[in-house]
Amino acid sequence: MLKSLNVKKLSHSQLAIPLFALFLVIVFNAFRDISFFSIHVITNNYGNTVFSGNLISIINGASELAVLAIAMTLVTAATKGQDISVGAAAAIAGSVFVRVLRANDITMPIILLALVTACIVAIIFGLFNGALVAFFDIQPMIASLILFTAGRPIAYWINGGATPNVDSPLLSYIGSFIPGIPIPSPILIVIVFGILVTLALKFTNLGLYIQSVGINEKAARLNGINPVLMKLLAFMILGVCVSIAGAINVCRIGLINHETILIDIEMDAILAVAIGGNALSGGKFKLAGSVVGAYIIQALTITLYAMKVSSTAVKAYKAIVIIAIVVIGSPVVQQHAIQLRNRLFKKPIKLTENN
Amino acid sequence: MKNDTVLSMRGISKTFPGVRALHNVDFTLCKGEIHALMGENGAGKSTLVKVLTGVYQKDSGQINIDGIDREIRIKSPQEAQDSGISTVYQEITLCPNLTVAENMFIGRGNYRFINWRSREKRAGEILTKLKIPTSATRQLGTCSLAVQQMVAVARAVDMECKVLILDEPTSSLDEHEVELLFSLMRDLKSRGVGIVFITHFLEQVYEICDRITVLRNGELIGAYDIKDLPRFDLISKMMGKELDEISELQHHKKKEVGEDAPIVYEAFGLSSVEGIKPFDFEIKKGEVNGFTGLLGSGRSESVRAIFGADRITRGKIRINEKEAKISSPKDSMKHGIGYLPEDRKGDGIIEDLSVRENIILALQVLKGFFHPFPKAEAEAFADKYIKLLGIKTASMDTPIKSLSGGNQQKAILARWLLTNPQYLILDEPTRGIDIGTKVEIQKLVLKLAEDGVSVTFISSEIGEMLTTCSKLIVMRDRKIVGELKGEEMTQTKIMHTIAGEATQDA
Repeated sequence: MLKSLNVKKLSHSQLAIPLFALFLVIVFNAFRDISFFSIHVITNNYGNTVFSGNLISIINGASELAVLAIAMTLVTAATKGQDISVGAAAAIAGSVFVRVLRANDITMPIILLALVTACIVAIIFGLFNGALVAFFDIQPMIASLILFTAGRPIAYWINGGATPNVDSPLLSYIGSFIPGIPIPSPILIVIVFGILVTLALKFTNLGLYIQSVGINEKAARLNGINPVLMKLLAFMILGVCVSIAGAINVCRIGLINHETILIDIEMDAILAVAIGGNALSGGKFKLAGSVVGAYIIQALTITLYAMKVSSTAVKAYKAIVIIAIVVIGSPVVQQHAIQLRNRLFKKPIKLTENN
Repeated sequence: MKNDTVLSMRGISKTFPGVRALHNVDFTLCKGEIHALMGENGAGKSTLVKVLTGVYQKDSGQINIDGIDREIRIKSPQEAQDSGISTVYQEITLCPNLTVAENMFIGRGNYRFINWRSREKRAGEILTKLKIPTSATRQLGTCSLAVQQMVAVARAVDMECKVLILDEPTSSLDEHEVELLFSLMRDLKSRGVGIVFITHFLEQVYEICDRITVLRNGELIGAYDIKDLPRFDLISKMMGKELDEISELQHHKKKEVGEDAPIVYEAFGLSSVEGIKPFDFEIKKGEVNGFTGLLGSGRSESVRAIFGADRITRGKIRINEKEAKISSPKDSMKHGIGYLPEDRKGDGIIEDLSVRENIILALQVLKGFFHPFPKAEAEAFADKYIKLLGIKTASMDTPIKSLSGGNQQKAILARWLLTNPQYLILDEPTRGIDIGTKVEIQKLVLKLAEDGVSVTFISSEIGEMLTTCSKLIVMRDRKIVGELKGEEMTQTKIMHTIAGEATQDA
C-alpha cells in the first residue's frame, strides 16, 4: 500500500519537477536581469516585422531538440534503451535533403520531395537500428553505436565531401520566418508536430501498446501485441523526427555541414527524456515531460550565453544543473521528500482521497 | 507454556495512509513450535511479518524476545537478524550465480578477512547436519528450487536464530520437495527453533503445524491448537462467513456435456518449441477439462501450445470444426480463445499500467490499433468487472502492481472475460491467492461452463480439479499418460496415473 501511494504521488508529480526546474531558470533570470525577458519587435533582413528576444530564441532554438525528444521518449519506452545515433542520422537526412534540393530548382514541391526522400532514408536507417534491437535483442545504445560512428562519414559521402549551401527564400520561410507571421517558423512546425503526435496518441493505441511492450514484453505478446513491430515502429517514428529536425536545421542555417549539424544532440535528447521525469529504463512515459525537458535544456544554454559564459564552459555548467534536476527527480530523493513532508505536517495527508 | 515463549507481540498496530493494516494484534510463539499464520490476502499477515523483521515500523505495541529483558525495537532487517529473527521469503532472495557456501555467508560478519576454505567446510557441515542434498561448492543456480529454498533456510538458521519466519516457502515446490523442506523444519523444531509458517495450502498447515493464529482485516481472530480447529472452522474464521458457500461448491453438480456437443477446439499431434511430446486434444462446447501432473510434467507447456503462446512446431488445429492456423497469441484470440498464464507477474500483469488498462488490454488489441476505446467506454468496462468480480482497488487508475495477488488475478480474469471467449484456458488461476477468491474462481468456472464456454483448468490442488473438471488429462515427463473421466476421477486414481509404473513396483 505504501509503495503504491508513492508511485501514485510520483506520477502525479512527474510533470511538477521539470516545470518547477523551468520556473527556477526563469526566476533566476528575472533576478539576474529582468530585461532577459524583453521581447522586441524588429524588422529583419528580409523586411519582415518579427518578434525577437531571449525567450523567442529559447523556444525557437529548442525546436529540433523538442522533435527529437518526443521520438526518443517513444524509443526509450518501447525498448528500455536509447538511440545515440540521432545526431548522425540527422546529418544523413540533412545531406539527403540538400542533395535533392541542389539537383533541382527549389520550389515548394521540390522541398516536399526532398523532405520525403530524407524521411525515407532516415526511416531505413531507423529500421536498421530497430532490427538490431527488435530481432537480435541488442541493447539500443550498442545497436545505434554503429550508426553513431558511421553516420557522419555516410553524410560526407552523400554530398561528395562538400558542405554545400542552399539558398532560397522558400527555405528561409521554413528556417526563420514566413512573411507576415512574426513567430519563427520552427516554433510553428513544433506546434503542428506536437498536435499531430497528440492526435496519434489519442486516436490510436500507440501509447498503450508501446508502454505495454516496455513494461512487460512477454505479457504484451500474450495479449496479442507484436513487440517486434512496436519496437520497429518506435524507430521508424524516430526516423521521421530525425529528418524533420535535420531539415529544420538545414533551412535555419542555409547549408549542410555533416561534421557539425546537430552535433551532440543525442545526449541532449536523452537528457530531455530524463529531465521530463521519464524512466530511461522504459515503460510508462509522458511526452509533455520530455518536451518541457527540451525547453529547459535550451533555456539553460541561452541563459549561460547571456551570462557571457564561453561556449566551451557552457557544457560544464549545464552538466551541474542537469545533475541537480535528475537527482531531485530520482525516486530515492522523492521518497525522502514525501517522508519529510509527512513528518512536518504530522498527519496522513491522503487519508480521504485514497478510500 | 509461558516459560518457553520465544517471541511475544502485544497490541501491534500499523496504519498506512488510508488503510488500517493491523489493529491491536497479539502473537505468541513458543520454542520448538511450528505456528501457522493464516488469513486471506490483505488480512495483515505480511504486515505483521514486516513489522517483526523491521521492514515496517509499528505505530504502537510491544515486542519481546526470549533472552532480552527489555522491549525490543526493530528498525531494520539487520537489527531483526541481530535479535535472532530470520526470514525466508516466497521468492528466493539469494544469488544464483554464487556457490551455496558463498550464499550462506554473504553479507555477514567482517568483510576484510574471509577464509573461504573454512567457510566452505563450515557450510558443508551445516548442510550435512540439516540433511540438505547439495554440496557447498556447487553453484546455487544449478540446484533445484527446493534446495535453493533450503539453503535460504540454512543461511537463516546458521545466524543462530530463535525465530524463523517462512513466508510461503512452498508455493513453487512440488510434493517431494515440500516433503524435504518439511523434514528440515521438523529437525529445526526439535532443536528448539520457533517457526512461523505462512502458506495458502491448508493441507500443509495440518500436516506440519502445532498452532494456528488467524487474522482477518488486520485484526486478531484467535490462536488455536491445531487439534481444536478443524479445516472448515479454520476456513470460516479466515473468511468470516459461514460455510454455506464452500459446501455449496462441494455439492455443486458438475455439468456433464453430452457426447454430441460440438467440438470447439481440437488439435492433432500438437507440439511447440518447449519440447512437449506431440499430443492430441479436444474440448467440447461447455466442457471443463484439466491438465494434471507434477510440476514440470508439461501441463503448462501443453496449454501454452494450445494457445500459441510458444511457437507451434507441428500439428493440426481445428476450431469450430474448421481448420485454423495459429502462429501467434493474436490468432487464437481472434478465434475466441483466452489464456490466463501461470506466471501472473511475468506473463500476466503489465505492472505499471492501471487496473483499467490491464482489464481492457486484450479486448482493445482485438478491436485494433486504430480503434482505441473512448475513455468513457473503457471506464464502463473496467467498472463493470471490478464490481462483478469484487476486485479490491483504490480506483481503476491505480497501477495494478499495487493490488494484492488475488486481486491482480481477478483483473487478469476480467481481461479475458471481457473478450467474451468461447474457450478459456486458466493455468493455475488459484495459485497464491486466498481461499475465498479460490472458491469464487471455481464457481465462476462452473458458471461459465453452464453458459456454454469451454474451459481448460489447471491447478496444483487436485481437490480443485476434481470439483471443476469433468475430464482430466494426466501428464508425466512432458507427455500425456492418461485420461480420466467420471467415476475414475478420484484422488488415488490420479496419483496412480501420475506415478504410472512406479507404483506397480511398490
